[in-house]
Amino acid sequence: MLGRYLFRRACAAVITLFGVSVLIFLIARIIPGDPARIALGDTATLEQIAQFRKTLRLDDPLPVQYLTYMQGVIKGDLGISIYTGGAVLEDLQRTFPATLELVMVSAMLMIIIGIPLGTLAGRYRDSFIDNFTRLFSLIGVVTPGFVWAVFLLLVFAYWLEILPVTGRLSEGIPPPPHITGLFLIDSAFAGQWATFKDAFLHIIMPGISLSLASIGQTTRMTRANVGESYDRTYIEFARAYGFNEFRIAAKYALRPAMIPTLTILGLDIAIKFGGAFLIETVYAWPGMARYGVRVILHKDLNAIVGVVVIIGFFFVLINLIVDMIVAFVDPRIRLGSRAR
Amino acid sequence: MILVTRFFGSRGWYKFSRNKLSVFGLILVVAFVSVAILAPFITPFPRHAGAFVDFLNASKPPSARNWLGTDLVGRDVLTRVVFGYRVSLQLSVIVLSIAVPLGVIPGLIAGYFGGWWEMIIMRIVDVFLSIPSLVLALAIMGLVKPTLTNAMIAIACMWWPWYTRLLFNITRSIRNEGYVTAAEVVGASHWHILIKEILPNCVPSLLTKMTLDMSFVILLAAGLGFLGLGVQPPTPELGSMIADGANYLPNLSWIPISAGVAILIAVLGFNLVGDGLRDYFGVDV
Amino acid sequence: MSELPLLEVRNLHLTFDLYEGKAHVLNGVDITIRNGERVGLVGESGCGKSIMARAILGLAARSNIEMSGEIRYHGANLFGLGPQAWRGLRGRKMSMIFQDPVAALNPVFTIEDQMIEVVRRGDKAKSRKEAIAIAIAALRQVAIDEPERVLASYPFQLSGGMNQRVIISMALVNEPELVFADEPGTSLDVTVQEQTLRLMTRLTKDVGAAVLLIAHNLGVVREFCERVYVMYAGMIVEEGPVKELFANPKHPYTQALFSAVPKLTGEGLPKSIDGMIPDYTHAPEGCRFHPRCPHVRPECLKPPPFVTVGPDHRARCILYTDAGAKEPAHV
Repeated sequence: MLGRYLFRRACAAVITLFGVSVLIFLIARIIPGDPARIALGDTATLEQIAQFRKTLRLDDPLPVQYLTYMQGVIKGDLGISIYTGGAVLEDLQRTFPATLELVMVSAMLMIIIGIPLGTLAGRYRDSFIDNFTRLFSLIGVVTPGFVWAVFLLLVFAYWLEILPVTGRLSEGIPPPPHITGLFLIDSAFAGQWATFKDAFLHIIMPGISLSLASIGQTTRMTRANVGESYDRTYIEFARAYGFNEFRIAAKYALRPAMIPTLTILGLDIAIKFGGAFLIETVYAWPGMARYGVRVILHKDLNAIVGVVVIIGFFFVLINLIVDMIVAFVDPRIRLGSRAR
Repeated sequence: MILVTRFFGSRGWYKFSRNKLSVFGLILVVAFVSVAILAPFITPFPRHAGAFVDFLNASKPPSARNWLGTDLVGRDVLTRVVFGYRVSLQLSVIVLSIAVPLGVIPGLIAGYFGGWWEMIIMRIVDVFLSIPSLVLALAIMGLVKPTLTNAMIAIACMWWPWYTRLLFNITRSIRNEGYVTAAEVVGASHWHILIKEILPNCVPSLLTKMTLDMSFVILLAAGLGFLGLGVQPPTPELGSMIADGANYLPNLSWIPISAGVAILIAVLGFNLVGDGLRDYFGVDV
Repeated sequence: MSELPLLEVRNLHLTFDLYEGKAHVLNGVDITIRNGERVGLVGESGCGKSIMARAILGLAARSNIEMSGEIRYHGANLFGLGPQAWRGLRGRKMSMIFQDPVAALNPVFTIEDQMIEVVRRGDKAKSRKEAIAIAIAALRQVAIDEPERVLASYPFQLSGGMNQRVIISMALVNEPELVFADEPGTSLDVTVQEQTLRLMTRLTKDVGAAVLLIAHNLGVVREFCERVYVMYAGMIVEEGPVKELFANPKHPYTQALFSAVPKLTGEGLPKSIDGMIPDYTHAPEGCRFHPRCPHVRPECLKPPPFVTVGPDHRARCILYTDAGAKEPAHV
């Protein structure tokens, strides 16, 4: 049952991914009118443009262009970036870990703050803690991440001067040996604690800016679902039999509440790849999202398609993982009582 | 006037107003919408909304003359923030008036007819929803001329799938209700059923989502502006004002703070009203 | 009879603080349950039966609920006992059988998880292994043939009747002194409901537990209980031994309740039973039944006295006082 469910999900994911690649490809090839003209600018001669069209094979019919492109993708070739002059895939490999690290830190903050806070608020509805939590999450949800980024930067880096302004590491500190590309993990592995501390200080503000909205969102979701759990008879049952209140909250109320929450959680993590575009720009964070902003500003077609496809890929991947976790948590899916 | 009294005396208003936060949100919305509409008459320096230069008063912190200070070329920040609201509101309204019909119709069709319609439409929706709207809108804006019109089109293109999904879910769930079947039995046309029986039942959810989306579109547009891919200068736009100020941090801090708080107020207002409507209608969007 | 009763509820008031005002949902309820006694509590839905059981278990504590009165358990007031000690009684000395067994069990945990939690509330099991052995024995008691399979299942994998039996075995596994049964099985079909009641009767007798059976089905009460309380709008309007009260109902509400059962043709009582329980925020003064009562008179606006009308049989109605026996002056 579980196998079939996951197989269905995986198939849907592959189809979606295929759709994403087609969509991006169409956007990149149709909207600009002449991609070559856009790439080369107004000063290019007709000959240069013709030459360029040839190299990018822009004169083939669209389906052929798409197939050619996908052939490359499967071989790991996303084309050449006009902006950096290098292979798009290499650019992405270089910049992706920084973004992944940022997204992971922010996702962790979201989970370790949002879920307990939401559970508390859902358990003690209309209490002081609930009202505080609601206000807190409301502020998180309504303030855009880049506004937080600018505010935090102003307060902690410029006024209080307790956190570094931009980048992933201070000048003069060499990056840790490349294992995962995530500085926090790599430096910890290598035992370079000075580097770890520096990387940690650098990621605090970007991490928080990127997570505040999603912390608010997660708190709200968890509160609503835990609150709903508490209205159910099974909680009254647990109480009528004198189960320990903490166990009721952490086990019997939270687990059913997590099922609807998890899906949104996955979505929130995936959306962070979009939010990173703004946060990385504010903090000059050398990640894929900032690379994405650059290549968009330079109308670098191959690179734009590459970045967006990668983000789409992770979006689909994260959702697939969430589906697996949900299936694990919810026996009704795992054992197939109702198809979702 | 009679309408107004009747509205505030009505049961609906009573129910909505029981949540003080929603009322607060409504006050915020009414306040900044009217400020935005009346901008040319109430701002101290309406001319500063466009290309205007006054280097003598450039980069001044908040004062009695310029409550929120001035920018790099001496324009009044308060004036520009208020005019920025006009741009944001105009953009959100137009985006939604494109995206909502664009999303509602396929949603109704997919939910009502099911089968292949559902397969194809909902797959396409999945594809669109698999890329953060900001990223997709950015990609489009990068490829076209960054103008207000293009920004609106780009955002609307990213936004319709949310409405398709919403309408699909509602339509599917009420597809087999008695009154729909009854209409089918007496031989009402599909079109009639969709418009007369199903669509009215979607209105509460639609209204709620549109109110909430006003705030999200404002956020998205500000994000575009912040990255320099939205509305271009000299048109005042809240996101690009924040970017301008951020480039000169820690100097000119009053610019990003003013523009940031302005966005916050707008988003907060629509969010609170949206939450209030959600409770009021008892819908789940 | 001279020993302390198991449970004594005295003058229990319970008020919901609602937006519309204060709702007096329980208005001075008195109930006594002796050791091993099976007591019924009947009334229309919404009359406060369920909330009373929950109040006794201490499950009604919410920020918008006020309670006063006394709930004496073996003579000790539970209000004075503190929430911690009160909670200690639940699952050990008192337990509850819920109306809808499927809703009462947590959908995402196995029966084993939930049953072990209950078993370990008692003191018999030292380890999880022992707890499982006890659980298996308890499930056998309720005529479940494959207890191991049931333990490994999730609630949604079992039938409603099977879930109900699981709940009954949970309610009795720690040999409680008092079991609240809130309309057990009414969400199931009639044959299963019948089985449930029979099972409950046998097992509570075996364990020697007292039972408070909450029901709107009078037949069930007659078959199962020794004594019965009739409740209307948060007040006990009549109490007595089952035989006596069924043969000789006194309170107009009880009479209405009885005549509404066999023939719902509508002739017996003019719309009294299909009328509504009053709005608790504006409950009628005096006897709360008076707006629906066929014998209503001006004196009904004063709190009615609780009058002895037979052996152990009392009714809260002015009709049975000396003053009430007089010919009613029409309102």
